[in-house]
Amino acid sequence: MAAAGGSRLRRAASALLLRSPRLPARELSAPARLYHKKVVDHYENPRNVGSLDKTSKNVGTGLVGAPACGDVMKLQIQVDEKGKIVDARFKTFGCGSAIASSSLATEWVKGKTVEEALTIKNTDIAKELCLPPVKLHCSMLAEDAIRAALADYRLKQEPKKGEAEKQ
Amino acid sequence: MLRPLYMDVQATTPLDPRVLDAMLPYLVNYYGNPHSRTHAYGWESEAAMEHARQGVARFYRSRKKHLITTQTEHKCVLDSCRSLEAEGFQVTYLPVKKSGIIDLKELEAAIQPDTSLVSVMTVNNEIGVKQPIAEIGRICSSRKVYFHTDAAQAVGKIPLDVNDMKIDLMSISGHKIYGPKGVGAIYIRRRPRVRVEALQSGGGQERGMRSGTVPTPLVVGLGAACEVAQQEMEYDHKWISKLAERLTQKIMKSLPDVVMNGDPEHHYPGCINLSFAYVEGESLLMALKDVALSSGSACTSASLEPSYVLRAIGTDEDLAHSSIRFGIGRFTTEEEVDYTVEKCIHHVKRLREMSPLWEMVQDGIDLKSIKWTQH
Repeated sequence: MAAAGGSRLRRAASALLLRSPRLPARELSAPARLYHKKVVDHYENPRNVGSLDKTSKNVGTGLVGAPACGDVMKLQIQVDEKGKIVDARFKTFGCGSAIASSSLATEWVKGKTVEEALTIKNTDIAKELCLPPVKLHCSMLAEDAIRAALADYRLKQEPKKGEAEKQ
Repeated sequence: MLRPLYMDVQATTPLDPRVLDAMLPYLVNYYGNPHSRTHAYGWESEAAMEHARQGVARFYRSRKKHLITTQTEHKCVLDSCRSLEAEGFQVTYLPVKKSGIIDLKELEAAIQPDTSLVSVMTVNNEIGVKQPIAEIGRICSSRKVYFHTDAAQAVGKIPLDVNDMKIDLMSISGHKIYGPKGVGAIYIRRRPRVRVEALQSGGGQERGMRSGTVPTPLVVGLGAACEVAQQEMEYDHKWISKLAERLTQKIMKSLPDVVMNGDPEHHYPGCINLSFAYVEGESLLMALKDVALSSGSACTSASLEPSYVLRAIGTDEDLAHSSIRFGIGRFTTEEEVDYTVEKCIHHVKRLREMSPLWEMVQDGIDLKSIKWTQH
């Protein structure tokens, strides 16, 4: 029965159809719903997917979004003594644009100081990935994720009550 | 570059080559208007139309102003009900059980003296669930209420008998059964008489119920599609069931935390809706870029709302965002199913590695205990 499906088609097919080859894909001019190759690239060639040690004092973790909304991003940064972000990782539950936005966010924060990272705007992310209007909220969530990670890092640097600040 | 495999038959189907063979002469050679009474071109076209018929309206604007339908109908039915509500009709949208099937007792309770019509789809286009049509027909007949069923996903796929099932009106769609796009049909019972009012007026064709020249080639196509379907129904069902079983078994055996949406027993095998926990639907569609599939996630709808059908069967919202619909049809091959399954398993595993939810679950965290940020 293995070949039965294909052979049924052949038996049913008219000569007209048999002679025409399987038609190749036509070049479509940038429709809004097709995945932009920049977006696909972040999934096919992932960079910075993973986790850092969230208990470490030098790691800031941001967790934003909600499963019920179909969008959850976890973004982590590792900061050195000079306040520079030396490593970043992300994990995302969300559509292709959400994955790409958070992936791009981790690329952009690397090498920036904590202050510089605050200047990353969702509009820049959206522009870089050519996100259509319906996907703009993905870039906003990525910006939120960066800020949440930075805020978590800042919180960890604050001296605890009654304890001397660790070196 | 080759085009993707097609696994989305609920959305539309390819033309069966036998249907094209039947239609072609009427596009090229026998091009008469079927309503032309005075010459052979008209007569042969009319003969073809009548032959095809052996296999579109609005119900009568009666004094009875109450309708009953379900929450999982196709959007076109729901939308029509809503516009009737705007015209002063009252509509009851019956809920469904977790299985996707309506509760017959609730249907009986909902029928009022004022009820004119009950409309329940035969097979659901998103989850493939089959409603108990014969029982619904029995109830409607005993309460003297008209029964309409949207049979677009069922015609030619499962046996339907309008007399056994006491169906008064039945909607048929050409392009869902390997026929051409642009044509459909409605069965309207004669005994007892169902009176309908025309939606469009004009030249009085189709006994005044649907004016406009009947498009002979399309109608011939619909007729041929139904004829072919009648011949192939049993074989198709066996073939599709076999492939569906293969797909579901392989996926469920290889991946944990996969849920099938809809009753597994009262189910048309060719429509499989699965939720892959901790993986979002659209990202999986993107990953499976060389297979044509569809998802119930919000990201794939224009409105950013997840599927209302999944919501109606009580699916958790995050699982609704993780759903994929696999469509298996007459021409689907075993190789296509195997390829789809292999890629699906591979990419679900990959996306779970990228998912913070999967990570948290692996660490033993209960996701329901987390306070998520709203945004």
